[in-house]
Amino acid sequence: MLGKKKRPPSEIPSSSMSDIAFLLLVFFLLVSNVDVDKGIGVVLPPPGDSEIRLNPKNITMILVNAQGDVLFNDEIVPVREIERRARELELSNPNMVFSVQTDRRTKYQDYIEVVDQLTAARVKKLALIGTQ
Amino acid sequence: MAIKKKSKPKTGIPTASMSDIIFMLLIFFMAATTLKTVEGLKVKLPEARSIAKLDTPKRSVLYVFIDRTGRISIQDKLMNVENVAPVIYPIRRNDNLLTISLRADQETPMGTISDVQNALRDASALKVNYSARHK
Repeated sequence: MLGKKKRPPSEIPSSSMSDIAFLLLVFFLLVSNVDVDKGIGVVLPPPGDSEIRLNPKNITMILVNAQGDVLFNDEIVPVREIERRARELELSNPNMVFSVQTDRRTKYQDYIEVVDQLTAARVKKLALIGTQ
Repeated sequence: MAIKKKSKPKTGIPTASMSDIIFMLLIFFMAATTLKTVEGLKVKLPEARSIAKLDTPKRSVLYVFIDRTGRISIQDKLMNVENVAPVIYPIRRNDNLLTISLRADQETPMGTISDVQNALRDASALKVNYSARHK
């Protein structure tokens, strides 16, 4: 019973082509959107040394030294403590201004961590004084 | 002459050309994704938790790269701190929504960052986004 072998069709099957194309399309659609920019948004103070007199009661000084140690209102605190303390201060006084000062040699990462903590505490008034 | 009955138009979308259309789209996205590959300097972004997506439209975002040695790059050009404000000011004047995406390395000293921020203030580019990775 040796039947003649059926010859396979010589053309590429075109029905599955669109499926393949769809898959590739979906893949590239997703891949092209991966690179979204994420970060912490801040608004810098306008130019010029505009001196605004503030009640000292409404200022919280946060100093970050070159080693990444944080001085929060003249008291050394660990970085992860900042959020809780800032939140308490913000609740007790909505006008509180948080001023962040750093040394010129402070690492950017240490600074970002402090700003991150303050952002997490939903601080509304953030003053970035810059370097000493 | 008998009036011929109009033949009924076929219903249904022709599917034969579908794959061509999809292929066209596919080629477009393939080309679009590879257009911009590397820009700026090599930086290791800092890590943070409370980060949010940048909500400014992409054409109003200007990237400022600062690497760990303090080199500054804007629009693929290396420059000194003194040149930052003159470069950014005309861009800021033409674009009210301009947001600066500051892509600085973890190890960059704050002195450089602060100098750049002061230059941004001089150029009235006050909206800044500190680019960070999720911790």
